[in-house]
Amino acid sequence: MRHTISLLVENEYGMLTRVAGLFSARGYQIDTLNVAPTLEEGVSRMTITTHGNDHVIQQILQQSHKLIKVIEVTDMTASPHVEREMVMLTVNAHQGEQRQEVLSLVEIFRAKVVDVNPDSFILEMTGNAEKVNAFIELLKPIGITDIVRTGPVAMTRVAHVKAQRLKDEDEEFSELTLNEKV
Amino acid sequence: MKMRGARILLESLRCEGVKHIFGYPGGAVLHIYDELVKHAEDLGITHYLVRHEQASLFGAAGYAQATGKTGVALVTSGPGGTNAVTGIANAFMDSLPLVVFTGQVPTHLIGNDAFQEADLTGITRSCTKHNYLVKKVEDLAPTIKEAFHVASTGRPGPVLVDLPKDMTAQEIEFSYPETIEVRSYKPQVHGDPKAVRKAVSAMIRAERPVLYIGGGAHAAGAYEEVKQLAEKLNLPTTCTLMGLGAFPASHPLSLGMLGMHGGYWTNMAVNNCDLLISIGARFDDRVTGKISEFARGAKFIHVDIDASCIGKNVRCDYPVVGDAKTVGQQMLQELEEQLAAGEKIASKAAWHDQIAAWKKQHPFWWKEEGEVIKPQYVIEELHRITKGQAVVSADVGQHQMWTAQLYGFDTPKNWLNSGGLGAMGYGFPAAVGAAVARPNDLCVAVVGDGGFQMVLNELATVKQYNIPVKILLINNGFLGMVRQWQEQFYEHRYSHSNIEVQPDFVKLADSYGVAAFRATKMSEVSHTLEKALNTPGPVLIEMKVAREENVFPIVPAGAALKDMILQ
Ligand SMILES: Cc1cc2nc3c(=O)[nH]c(=O)nc-3n(C[C@H](O)[C@H](O)[C@H](O)COP(=O)(O)OP(=O)(O)OC[C@H]3O[C@@H](n4cnc5c(N)ncnc54)[C@H](O)[C@@H]3O)c2cc1C
Ligand SMILES: Cc1ncc(C[n+]2csc(CCOP(=O)(O)OP(=O)(O)O)c2C)c(N)n1
Ligand SMILES: [Mg+2]
Repeated sequence: MRHTISLLVENEYGMLTRVAGLFSARGYQIDTLNVAPTLEEGVSRMTITTHGNDHVIQQILQQSHKLIKVIEVTDMTASPHVEREMVMLTVNAHQGEQRQEVLSLVEIFRAKVVDVNPDSFILEMTGNAEKVNAFIELLKPIGITDIVRTGPVAMTRVAHVKAQRLKDEDEEFSELTLNEKV
Repeated sequence: MKMRGARILLESLRCEGVKHIFGYPGGAVLHIYDELVKHAEDLGITHYLVRHEQASLFGAAGYAQATGKTGVALVTSGPGGTNAVTGIANAFMDSLPLVVFTGQVPTHLIGNDAFQEADLTGITRSCTKHNYLVKKVEDLAPTIKEAFHVASTGRPGPVLVDLPKDMTAQEIEFSYPETIEVRSYKPQVHGDPKAVRKAVSAMIRAERPVLYIGGGAHAAGAYEEVKQLAEKLNLPTTCTLMGLGAFPASHPLSLGMLGMHGGYWTNMAVNNCDLLISIGARFDDRVTGKISEFARGAKFIHVDIDASCIGKNVRCDYPVVGDAKTVGQQMLQELEEQLAAGEKIASKAAWHDQIAAWKKQHPFWWKEEGEVIKPQYVIEELHRITKGQAVVSADVGQHQMWTAQLYGFDTPKNWLNSGGLGAMGYGFPAAVGAAVARPNDLCVAVVGDGGFQMVLNELATVKQYNIPVKILLINNGFLGMVRQWQEQFYEHRYSHSNIEVQPDFVKLADSYGVAAFRATKMSEVSHTLEKALNTPGPVLIEMKVAREENVFPIVPAGAALKDMILQ
């Protein structure tokens, strides 16, 4: 099963290699990896998505925790959380119908056009992995010439009980796209 | 007072109570060696010059195994560091507390493929508990403090501190931090009381329990706790190769070693128990054999300070994360309480009888064959003559297994060897470390002709410092352990395991100025050993033993414990 793991680490020399090295040495998969500073100077947040059975995930959590400079390890998948990743795409957008089609997808997906050329756009879109994948799938027939994804970052929902009813806007969205696909 | 980095290193070592270091100089550590020659005496530090960096690590590891204290090694950049890697990996696998100082090229040259540059923190990342590159002299003392703290607490392990040459020349006011706080590193010492309660309740009820003690009991110094648990609950007790000595071999409850070369009765007990109580052991594959067949009817209690070890190889019914000594005390306390509350310890008479019957059925055995020296006999004689009280350091191979099976370790910290990495060449330099640490104890290195030839250059070290290590060379002219596998599992095809081309070891020792003895017949073994062990200073004793003797029992790789081969 896919898991999103969040590590709070001392942002010291070689920290990324310590984590990445642990994964490769012990044969764990890294599907995506994201590192950025936090509010506290010298502390970074790493978000890793990986997959494996419960045993493997358990080992990943404990072995990562064992790294001396890892402050905290959280398996985000275990509790309610919000996940987002960003994608940027260069897509074909020749004058006429094609350009219109792209723009309407941009609107449906709450994406943005960040660069305009005579026959292409650069688009930016954020969402959970499902939404990003759906967006990409719909753009494929039109022609994607370049793509960059950040990989997910994740945040635990603060008030668990309340948040359960307050739907993640992306969840509504995936219902919508699913319906559209049928 | 202002001091340069090199001096700060030595002052810091003094603050850590370091008395002995094992090292080898080179360009990048010249400032440090310069301070050593000037101040070592005042600081109460003795440096031992080994003859290969690997031996400085093995020496420091032997020092750690024989004392429980942190061993210290110092080597230069580039080749010094790379030569040390095997020793670092060994300490990592066997969870030994070491602090390793390596030289590094000056900071402005790092990354430029400078002369004798190697990315030592990169190379050793996966075989150290942690490592540091100290770029600024103001970070040096705090880093050393942290390095010793990390190496010696929690699950112990080697920590490397890489020292760029220019940093060791920079000056700063020296002050050593009294305490250190690493917010991201907090080993869990106390076991969760609920987990302890459940575990103890299972221990009280078990009808066929086995207590399985590992190296973690040495790390924690949990000897008294283990003994009391065993005695109060009447538990048959086995030790891993790394745990030997943590529970006295001569104790009536002792089952000796389990695993690949463990006793028949021991493995049968483990395989048929209803509760396996593991304290500071890691269910290594040399212990479990085929994992799906391992102790199938048993529940597992696993006490380990490293949570990642619990459930890693086998399922665990009663996990307790914590220090073996502390958890042991908690268990004893809990036991008192449960007994006071009226719980009754299950009777185990039938279980003990069964184990005794297994032991009678297939004890350790070896066959006398005239005047050919049997290696097992040499170990038994070593035990007899030293009254089982020597510090014994083994290399890797058949002789290691015979020593583990037959020496009968009654005293903690008297058994040194390389278990996890199984690094040939460990035995002799490790004994040097032990002899330095414990000058009043007899230190014997039991080595094979293969492994000894990897490190025999250390004869110069023991000569130079008159370190009284007794080297007991079990010479079978083979890479015996390899030969045995080739005999048993490769239809006798001895591929590149014959090493009968070898020096005259007695003459060799003599040329180093080290006293040497040789026995070639059974009838010579006892008096040769006695004479040699009573000779002061370093001594080499060569035993020309049966060439094709095998270690039994043996559990073939990947087989279940119950499928061990007995002869
Ligand atoms: C030729 C050869 C043959 C071998 N055959 C055998 C064999 O037949 N039988 C055998 O047993 N081994 C054998 N070995 C050794 C084997 O490879 C392993 O090294 C050994 O079994 C591991 O011992 P251990 O489980 O005690 O763990 P160790 O490696 O000693 O690890 C210690 C464990 O204790 C934990 N720990 C550390 N500190 C503490 C603390 N303070 N409190 C609580 N827990 C702590 C650690 O986290 C770790 O899990 C052989 C090796 C060689 C080279
Ligand atoms: C550095 C290293 N290389 C290879 C091995 C594989 N190996 C394990 S035991 C052994 C034979 C050891 O021979 P010897 O030292 O003569 O001891 P014996 O088995 O004959 O008692 C070998 C080659 C090892 N453990 N370590
Ligand atoms: Mg040999």
